[in-house]
Amino acid sequence: MLHDVLPTEQTAAAAVPQARGRAIVVTSGKGGVGKTTTTANVGAALAAGGATVVLVDADVGLRNLDIVMGLEARVRHHVLDVLEGGATLDEALVTDKRVPRLKLLAAAQAREKDDVDTDAFHALIDSLRERFDFVLIDCPAGIEMGFTNAIVAADEAIVVCTPEVSAVRDADRVVGLLGERRTVQLIVNRLRPDLVRKGKMLSVDDVNAILRLPLLGVVADAPDVIVATNRGEPVALDADSPAGAAYRAIAQRITGALTSAPEIPRERTFFGKLFGSRS
Amino acid sequence: MIDFLNRLFGREPSSTTARERLRLVLLSDHLSLAPDVIEALKGDLIEVISRYVEVDAANCDVTFEQQETRVAMLANIPILGMRSRHVPRPPAPPAPVAEAAAATASAPAASPNGAATRRRRRRKAPGISSPATQAT
Repeated sequence: MLHDVLPTEQTAAAAVPQARGRAIVVTSGKGGVGKTTTTANVGAALAAGGATVVLVDADVGLRNLDIVMGLEARVRHHVLDVLEGGATLDEALVTDKRVPRLKLLAAAQAREKDDVDTDAFHALIDSLRERFDFVLIDCPAGIEMGFTNAIVAADEAIVVCTPEVSAVRDADRVVGLLGERRTVQLIVNRLRPDLVRKGKMLSVDDVNAILRLPLLGVVADAPDVIVATNRGEPVALDADSPAGAAYRAIAQRITGALTSAPEIPRERTFFGKLFGSRS
Repeated sequence: MIDFLNRLFGREPSSTTARERLRLVLLSDHLSLAPDVIEALKGDLIEVISRYVEVDAANCDVTFEQQETRVAMLANIPILGMRSRHVPRPPAPPAPVAEAAAATASAPAASPNGAATRRRRRRKAPGISSPATQAT
């Protein structure tokens, strides 16, 4: 499965390293909409496409990116160790076992968000941008200090929003806080095409009629995402998963390799359900 | 089956309800997050109304309230008296009560900060020479 999505000549060429890497914060305001899953999968897809990527977990105190990535057993040092001089950056970076171009800088679990020095975090992201094509920052929920720190060094943002009134309202607030200076794009996550058709869920158009952001992609609420997370394997590396394909398309839109409008997930057919299920 | 019955009796899909609720709440959110806009609006309102009546500018209050199906602007503008040169018709007797004419398009009866009770109290006190009236 994995080899199918590893770089081809084309995708690798599309992710030509720039002079300075791009720092992109993944944020949402509301918790539980899939920020961490999005960070892990977009990062994995970018790396699988040939770019060098570092994922930074800015959710100090509620560290999760490592477990979603399946790298929890390999974390020795965390971001605060680096900021406070307890470890070097190289000691703290965890290399992904599937795609070695992908690195993780874990959050501190036994610390608080207010322990992060904003200027030092900014400097850390800047130094990572010298070494990687992409620095993806997994932002904590909320709009307090953790949010401020996570966005400070990013000049691009991905807002993750589910088709729910609470998530849309919070996303709207966050877009306001991100300011005019940053490029902000939208990922609609956990869409249920069957419910949209029945008028029981906001559609992508409904969500974006309010948020009015460039649409980076739409990811359906699919069992394969849950199964992949259970196993600590980014679904983006699963060539057979529609959600994985959505994440790969998102990565290609980020690099500029893909310019077409995102596909809106459709309902699975009866036969698709019958033969496509995983456990 | 429930879907079918809902459709039969014209109950709107929940996504439509969600859309409408979001529209209202975001309108309200955006207004509350733009204090400078509200201050400017308040200043302009006072300026316009002052051309006709003398208002208590220091005690003016403009708020927005989210209601079931709309967001309403509530302007509480105490009026101190008439401006004589703006009295429209010549033989107008000195008005005992100055009725403000600054009602908004969708003006509700009461403002959230108890303007309605204040108004009632003031109307019961005819002895006051320049009674204040609220336009809501």
